[in-house]
Amino acid sequence: MDNRQELNRNLAQMLKGGVIMDVTTPEQAKIAEAAGACAVMALERIPADIRAAGGVSRMSDPAMIKGIQEAVTIPVMAKCRIGHIAEARILEAIEIDYIDESEVLSPADDTRHIDKTKFAVPFVCGARDLGEALRRIGEGATMIRTKGEPGTGDVVQAVRHMRKMQSEIRRVTSLREDELYEAAKELAAPLDLVKYVHANGKLPVVNFAAGGVATPADAALMMELGAEGVFVGSGIFKSGDPAKRAAAIVQAVTNWQDAKLLAKLSENLGPAMVGINADEIETIMEERGK
Amino acid sequence: MKTGVLAVQGAFAEMSAYWRAKGADTFEIRQRRDLERDFDLLALPGGESTVQGKLLNDLGLFGPLKERIEHGLPVFAVCAGLILLADLFKLLPVTVKRNAYGRQLGSFTTVGMWDGHPGTKMTFIRAPAITSVAPNVEVLSTFNGQPTSVKWNNITAFTWHPELQLEKQNHKKY
Repeated sequence: MDNRQELNRNLAQMLKGGVIMDVTTPEQAKIAEAAGACAVMALERIPADIRAAGGVSRMSDPAMIKGIQEAVTIPVMAKCRIGHIAEARILEAIEIDYIDESEVLSPADDTRHIDKTKFAVPFVCGARDLGEALRRIGEGATMIRTKGEPGTGDVVQAVRHMRKMQSEIRRVTSLREDELYEAAKELAAPLDLVKYVHANGKLPVVNFAAGGVATPADAALMMELGAEGVFVGSGIFKSGDPAKRAAAIVQAVTNWQDAKLLAKLSENLGPAMVGINADEIETIMEERGK
Repeated sequence: MKTGVLAVQGAFAEMSAYWRAKGADTFEIRQRRDLERDFDLLALPGGESTVQGKLLNDLGLFGPLKERIEHGLPVFAVCAGLILLADLFKLLPVTVKRNAYGRQLGSFTTVGMWDGHPGTKMTFIRAPAITSVAPNVEVLSTFNGQPTSVKWNNITAFTWHPELQLEKQNHKKY
């Protein structure tokens, strides 16, 4: 592994135990930073609005992203379309701290992801199971997140993906060494990465939860299931009192094991985002890119 | 030795592993009641200093920790931890510039002299720089003439990440 990949994995390690928040303006970025976000995701429309608007969804305007970079001192991430090498190069050129090669945007390539080893800038990618996570890491992703259905406020898919990934990790850990070749075939994942999981009982990169997290309890649930931090997309700025909800989710991630504190944090947060059930929607974003 | 690792946000698991490898017992400090335990070293991990600073206040950890550090509790701090000691606790007389090497594309590794080892690998992740130090602060390592680790009474603090070397050995093959 080259030095750049290592440095990029290291940055994700510094984000652990934190909350990464979607923001669409410098003002929202400042609110997120003050509430305790460990990074922000700069995008023109949050996933709930992307879903409502329909049509093709693309990388955000670099001018808008730069405005957010100037507004905060914490890392700034931005999304490019799956397989869109040129969008990724543009984001690298404006010195984004992390690129999310994201299924929330319309895919530019329906079979291939970007060869992320060719970039100096780090990438986070979504994954629904262990095989998908290891394929993305093989392509150079230095951080993984679940692909919970974005913009729904429904945490069910993020739970499904995290549970599946963790149980597959436990299974790989329990195999005999001579069974790893077959496991790599079944998972459709690089053998060296399967061997890493077998030896270490975890992914070689940081693993966050994303998709449908709307409450402190949702965040605590994802930490309980093995997430090392959470992304909150529409859940904050689609709610009644974004600053208060954001700060409560940040504290919930740190003290997810303390139910009394979680009860206090959950009090009087105002209305959560309305949300739609993930099985009532037409566009299934988690199916994008495998 | 018993090490309390501040675990409100950041790379606290790596910091705990680093001290366990040195033979210490470690536990995580996530809220005020964790401070009821006895410990003889406080470790402040890397992460985002704005987040950690806010949580120290929100969780009521700031006052009690400041008091203990003032009373001589040994502290080992990296990156965000150094920023907290200098700018929030105001217990380390150095001036710090945050994100001094720029955004993530400015993160780098170098090899330098530390603790008698000339080949020490030093990893800087969106690192701060120490731009000046008070007269009695001992400088332990430098990069381009600027201090990158310092010792002041009971405090040892780094702008780079000694705790990440452990994991790196493990990752080499992959």
